[in-house]
Parts: sequence; structure tokens; C-alpha cells
Amino acid sequence: MSNLYANEPTGPLESRWEKHLFNLSLIAPQNRKKHKVIVVGTGLAGASLCATLGEAGYQVSSFCFQDSPRRAHSIAAQGGINATKNYQNDGDSVWRLFYDTIKGGDFRARESNVYRLAELSGNIIDQAVAQGVPFAREYSGYLANRSFGGTQVSRTFYARGQTGQQLLLGAYQAHSRQLENDNVTHQSRSEMLEIIMVDDKARGVVVRDLVTGEISAHTADCVILCTGGYSNAFYLSTNAKGCNTSATWRAYKQGAYFANPSFTQIHPTCVPPTGENQSKLTLMSESLRNDGRIWAPKNIEDCEKNPADIKEEDRDYFLERMYPAFANLVPRDVASRAVKHICDQGHGVGSKIHGQRLGVYLDFSAIIEKLGLDAVAEKYGNLFDMYSSITGEDPYQTPMKIYPAPHYTMGGLWVDYNLMTSVEGLFAGGEANFSDHGANRLGASALMQGLADGYFILPKTVANYLSRNPLAEVDDNHPQVVQSLKAVRDRIQQLMHAPQPKHSPEYFHQKLGKILWEACGMSREADRLNQAIGEIAELEAHFWQNIKVTGVDNDLNQTLERAGRVADFIELGKLMCQDALMREESCGAHARVEYLSEGGEAKRDDDDFSFVGAWEYKPEQPMLHKEQLNYEFIELTVRNYK
Amino acid sequence: MNFTLHIWRQKNSDISGEFVTYKIDNIDEDTSFLEMLDQLNEQLIAQDQDCIVFDYDCREGICGACSLVINGYPHGDKKATTTCQLYMRDYKHQTELWVEPWRAESFPVIKDLTVDRTSFDDIIQSGGYVSVHTGSAPEANALLVDKHSADEAFNSATCIGCGACVAVCPNASATLFVAAKITHLSLLPQGKIEEQDRARKMFQKMESEGFGSCSNHRYCERVCPKGITVSNITKMNQILGWT
Ligand SMILES: Cc1cc2nc3c(=O)[nH]c(=O)nc-3n(C[C@H](O)[C@H](O)[C@H](O)COP(=O)(O)OP(=O)(O)OC[C@H]3O[C@@H](n4cnc5c(N)ncnc54)[C@H](O)[C@@H]3O)c2cc1C
Ligand code: SF4
Ligand code: FES
Repeated sequence: MSNLYANEPTGPLESRWEKHLFNLSLIAPQNRKKHKVIVVGTGLAGASLCATLGEAGYQVSSFCFQDSPRRAHSIAAQGGINATKNYQNDGDSVWRLFYDTIKGGDFRARESNVYRLAELSGNIIDQAVAQGVPFAREYSGYLANRSFGGTQVSRTFYARGQTGQQLLLGAYQAHSRQLENDNVTHQSRSEMLEIIMVDDKARGVVVRDLVTGEISAHTADCVILCTGGYSNAFYLSTNAKGCNTSATWRAYKQGAYFANPSFTQIHPTCVPPTGENQSKLTLMSESLRNDGRIWAPKNIEDCEKNPADIKEEDRDYFLERMYPAFANLVPRDVASRAVKHICDQGHGVGSKIHGQRLGVYLDFSAIIEKLGLDAVAEKYGNLFDMYSSITGEDPYQTPMKIYPAPHYTMGGLWVDYNLMTSVEGLFAGGEANFSDHGANRLGASALMQGLADGYFILPKTVANYLSRNPLAEVDDNHPQVVQSLKAVRDRIQQLMHAPQPKHSPEYFHQKLGKILWEACGMSREADRLNQAIGEIAELEAHFWQNIKVTGVDNDLNQTLERAGRVADFIELGKLMCQDALMREESCGAHARVEYLSEGGEAKRDDDDFSFVGAWEYKPEQPMLHKEQLNYEFIELTVRNYK
Repeated sequence: MNFTLHIWRQKNSDISGEFVTYKIDNIDEDTSFLEMLDQLNEQLIAQDQDCIVFDYDCREGICGACSLVINGYPHGDKKATTTCQLYMRDYKHQTELWVEPWRAESFPVIKDLTVDRTSFDDIIQSGGYVSVHTGSAPEANALLVDKHSADEAFNSATCIGCGACVAVCPNASATLFVAAKITHLSLLPQGKIEEQDRARKMFQKMESEGFGSCSNHRYCERVCPKGITVSNITKMNQILGWT
């Protein structure tokens, strides 16, 4: 175990980023063309970064696994993006967003980073508007805002229920503009499978062309991973099917520390699971909690009834009852745990899975009565349509049913203030890094973080790295390049030719998902975690013995792609459980049953656990490094949403 | 529910393909169309066969990856829906299903049900953006946009780039896709300035990518999962000075 330092600037919080910017080295415009940079992933973080680096004149190569950068998972973000414009004059400020984010993260994030994020948030909106992102507007022509997930000010900008889509298309178009200008080259349907390390620095990547199966090496001066989150470790999640940990896990295996892997967010408002063959869970935007009221039947006998037949006095609006101040707008972790608690006590609704009803009502009747059907349709129409196409039920007539689902991963590659991992020359942005959300992320702040990283932070810190590290070009025949290519090819052969091929990647993924959901989901406990670690080790051995991939490897082979991703998820799953076991406290989304108050609230242990847990890969057992979190500017309090 | 599936199998773009018939039984009505194909693929793995390849990612109708022609309709015959949002309950009365890839010269089949839509990215690269310098932008509220225009721009901007409009068009034209982007940006003051140049470049690119031209069949708006209307095409024609 050792202590880890983040290279934060010192001095007053308000001037840290400015001071740091001044101290960062620049590269003269005419010299930028000489520097090659690889960006893996072109979601919000990656596309915005490519656009900015391309605009500045660097040689950028980008990769994504979808058939177009426009399809990155960021496209699915619904609710909105936070920014401290204070257009509503409701008392918002950089300081308030900073404070809300730290508090929302249950005091497990780094002050300097979070303050910088809040500072940069306003500029993101400027950038997006200039690109033509059609945000919602008032009749006056000014930008509109709404309040979102656990905050008491209206600082969320939105484009109906498709904010991520519109922001991503803005970044995609800016990226496309650079592709047209030849500053950036891009390869879609390409999966990064290894980091090339030369003299302890990240100098390139090995990529598999998903159409031809060709394995190729690409070298550069540095590598930036913007490859998204790993919620799909749980098998069922709100993430797109392709979301994976492979890029970040390869980086971990090459020496980049993985921070807080057990900090995973379970989102309270998702369409409940219906059966065994389900492939994903769909999020119903949190914005619905602004106007919908959550309830469950008070009497267990009523759980089977049609909700219309349950009398008003027999309905338990449990969030309003338990948290009168924030009511239906409590943060995600608090809401999710409350829903689970209600269902565990037998008050759930909907069809039974494994003998339990997993669902509570989200009811819009009051707001429809107040504002009328049209006004509600204007606000939530697309979400209601989506719900009814999935469930076959009409939420205008009957309340929605919702249940929590894995949604976002606060954990990720450890990065310092420059967003550089513990490997020199390897950076991480967006959901792939662990940076700003502590133990729980507030709604509408992932888009903000991804874009702050891509538009404003990484372009500066990457330039600084390039300017301070003159590097010789890496030859294609360099032994490290040859070895990395070989490692990737060997692994593919291992996946293709297991000793006793028997089960599909889905089979193993579902098993892993079940273990993680039960042991490392909404509530965690030492015994269960220990048991899960053993089960996952067994699953891993079973996987390499019995994985069955049909077809051939030099072809478009989705079974092979999945097998590789599942193999990495299995290893990560084990680390998630180890991290959850190590953290003997509850904080944010990490709820250890041994450390919860009577009312089910997280009990933090600031004396012993006010640190970021960053794991270093070792062949036998991972090694823990601690980055102590020093709160110089705010006072640690107990989160209280009552 | 039990189904007979005739699925287009094609090894690659050089070899022609054919329909292969499969049977799948005991499908729950809450199963999505793609989950049904997942189950079929699990059967194929069990029988040591190569899986059927099809594009998907989000599985919630927003990424635009999924792309199947089902019984002759791109994204199936349900209105304003993507393939991934179809559920087997929608197919209670059609137990025999023909599943094909998008068919258009500019979308060559890669394998089975997967096509190459890079031509769409190329069209956007030719001019589908506002030429603002990334990294510097004026204060957002310095630019007012009337609500109506912003709402209309949003409607056009919801195009997911799936290509169903091309797949259904007898001319394999990408006009609806191109017009949606041109309209989105032209309706906003920040995009208005370059509108003619942009429209000309994108239109030319569409032609050079091998897409056909529009002869007003209007099938595109009927299959578009995001309800993009042909009024976008009228608007584009105005910008190009064709009306
Ligand atoms: C349904 C849903 C709704 C959400 N709503 C909101 C919201 O309203 N507000 C909010 O702030 N946040 C929201 N979030 C969270 C937010 O959308 C994500 O955290 C954010 O978009 C992540 O962006 P990213 O750029 O880091 O990653 P992504 O958008 O996931 O992009 C990852 C990129 O990496 C590429 N990639 C991944 N692995 C590899 C590999 N091995 N090789 C090559 N390329 C690879 C992918 O192709 C892709 O281009 C939501 C999330 C979900 C799931
Ligand atoms: S216009 Fe409609 S059908 Fe055509 S690509 Fe866009 S969303 Fe798909
Ligand atoms: S899979 Fe994303 S739109 Fe269908």
C-alpha cells in the first residue's frame, strides 16, 4: 500500500485551474502537426477532444467500435446537462454546483477537480449552442432550464428527452469537420485490444478491425482513452449492448491504476425486468421524478390489483413520507435503496420474478389533472411513447412501473489533475476515468464532465505533456509493438479454441451479472462479497475452459467480440467485489449493510476511508494505493435529504 | 409463440447471399425482436454454426445502429419505431417472417444483415456542421432563437442516421437524411449563414456517393422511425433555389 498524489495546484480554489493553465507548457502552432495523438472512443468525451485537438492542429487518429462515431452510447442520455449559468437567478453559482457535486458524491471526490468542472460548465453550453445544438428555449428566445435529480436550483439545459443525442451530434459534427480538414483520421468498427508500452510510456494501441479481423498496431506520442463506463459488467444495465471495459481493463493490465471500481450507480427509474431472456434494461429519465409521484401499495394484498382500484389512502408515497424535504427528488442512490427496501418488504408490484415483484408505481395522474394531457405530452411525450412500446401499457392512463438498474460507473481509471493515469502518456476522459463524481453521480453531470474533459481540460494537459516529453518515433518493428500484436493474437486464438468449447459468451455474462447484482449491487455485505470473489474465480476458470465461439476470427464475428469483452468483465467483476469488501463503510452508492443507519442511510467513516482506492494490477493479488482526500474548503457533513 | 424465419445470409460483399430458413419456438410476447434473434443465435452456437450478424447497440431507438427489413418494411411495419423497439407481441398474426438487410448500392452488405453506412458519415463530413472554431464560442444567451424555430430545428435534428429512408426508396435516395440536417442547421441563426454552401456540398456528396435522387414517392417519411417529414425536403429545395 502506498500513498498517491494527484498533482493538484495549491492556493485558493477559485484560481487553481487558471494558475495551472498558466504553468502548463504550450506548443507553437507550426509544431503541432508533428505530434501524433491517439484517441480511443468517440462519444462525448472523445469526439469533443478530437474536434478540439484537430482544430488546434495536432495529428489525431480516433477509433470506435460502432459503425459510426455518431452512435456512441452518449447518444442515449436523456435528461440534460448541468451548467452554472444562473440564468434563472435562483441562487446558483460555481460554488453551489461544486458543493452539490461533492456532497452528492458523498465526499469521496477531489475538491480541485470538481471545482474546475463547475467552473467550466458554462462554457460547454456556449460551445454547444454555437454548434447548433437545439436546446429547449423560452418564448422569449432565451435558453430554458429545469431542475434535475436532487438539486434545488434549475441549472439543467435540455433538448426534450434527447439531450445526449443532440450534444453528441454537435461534437460528432465538429469531429466530422476536422475529418474533412484532414487533421483527424478516424476508424469505425475498430476495437482497441492492447496498449503499446515503450520505455514505461503509453505509445500506441493494438486494434482489431471488426469487419476483417485484421490486427494492427498504431503508434503515437500519447494515448487517450475515452471509452465509457462498465455498467454492463452486471449484464443487465441501461447501457448500450456494446459498452465494455476492455480498453480500460487492458490499460489496467499495463499498469494504469483502477480507482473505486465498486462505485457503481444504480438508477432508480428503469423499466422493470420481465423475464430471463431480456438483453437490457431501459432507463426512464430522472426528469420524470419532477412531476411523477412514486408510490407502492400499503397493503401487500393490494399488490396484485389494478392500480386504479387502490384507494388513495391505501397508497404509500414512500419517498415523500421518508424524505419530506426532497421527496421524489432525492438523489439516485437514496431513491434506489428505498425502492429496493419497499420491494424486499413485499410491497412491490408487477409480474413476479423468482417469487418477488420488482416494481413500484411512478404516477402522473396528478400532474395530468393539473396541466392537462397536452402539456404533459409536450414535456415527456417521447419517454411515454418509449415506455408504452416496451411494456404495451399506456402511462397516460395507468401509472408506470419502475425498478432500479445499473446505470453509471463512477469508478474508472485513476487520473491526476491533468487527467493522466498512473501510466505516463496514457490519459482518460469521460466515464472511463474515475474523476469527479465520488461515490455517487448527480443527474445531468456526466455529459458535463465528458465535455469538460474533451473540450477544455485534455486539450491543454495533453499539449503540456507533448511539449515536455520530446519522444522519438516508435518503429513498427519495435519489439514492444511486435510483442503487443502477438499478445492480442494469442488471446484471440485462446478464445476461439478453448479446450472444451461448451457455452456461449452470453451464458458466462449472465452468470457474472447475477453474481455481481446480488453481491455488489444495491447492498453489499462482507460474507456475500467474499463468496462472490470465489464464485467469480471459478467462473473465470470455467470460462477459459469452456468458452465457445463459432465462426472464424478473420471475419465480422460478434460472438468473438462478446467473448473478449466478457473475459475482461469477469476480471473486473472480481476487482469490484474486492474494492467493495475493502471499503468498510457505506458512502453514496456503496451501501455495506454492516454500515447503514436504522433508516437505511449510508454511514461514512471519514477517519478511515476518506480516500480514493486505486488498484494496481499484480499477477497474484491487486495492490491498493490510497489517494487521501483532503477537504480544505468544505466541511464534511452527513448527507441528509430528510 | 413459434416463428418460421427466413433470414438473409451472406458471407461478404463479394458473394451473393440467400435466405435460410430457421424455426424458433416458445418466444415470449414481451421479447423484443432483437432478443428473439439473440435466442436464435444461441441456438446456432449450440449447433456449432456461425451466428447471424446484425447491427445494434443502444436497443432503445436512439443510436440508429439497428437496421432490418422485416416482411418488406424497413424497421418493420410499426410506425415511428426502430427495429430494436419491436416486440414479438407486434407479430402475433405474422408467424412467418422474412428478414433482410438494407438494400442500396451505397450501403453495401458487409455480412448477413449488416451493411456499410459510411457514406452517411461522408455526407456529414462534406458540410453537415456549423463552421465554428471548437474551443471558442460566445456567451450562449447572446444569441436568441425563437422557440418555434428551436422546436422545429430539434424535430429535424432527431434523425438517427439509420438509413431506413434510403432502404425504402425506389431510387435509394438519401434526400430525407440530407434534408433533415440541412433544415436543422438552417432554422438556427448560427447555421443560417452557411446554409447555401452547406446544402450544395452535402447534396453533391450525396450524389457522388451513389445515392439516387428524389422523385417524390414519399415512402421515406412513412418508414422514418423519428417522424422526419418531407417538409424538410421542401425546405432544402428552397435553400438550393429549386422552387
Ligand atoms: C440511458 C442513459 C441516460 C443517461 N442520461 C444522462 C443525462 O441525462 N445526463 C447526463 O449527464 N448523463 C447521462 N447519462 C450518462 C452519460 O450518457 C454517459 O456517462 C456519457 O455519455 C459517457 O460519455 P463518454 O464519452 O465517456 O462515453 P461513451 O459515449 O460511452 O463513448 C465511448 C466510446 O468509446 C468507444 N469504445 C469503447 N470501448 C472501445 C474499445 N475497446 N475500442 C475502441 N473504441 C471503444 C465507443 O465506440 C464509443 O465511441 C446517461 C446514461 C445512460 C445509459
Ligand atoms: S431521416 Fe429518418 S429514416 Fe432517414 S436516416 Fe434519419 S431517422 Fe433514419
Ligand atoms: S439499436 Fe440503437 S436504435 Fe436500434
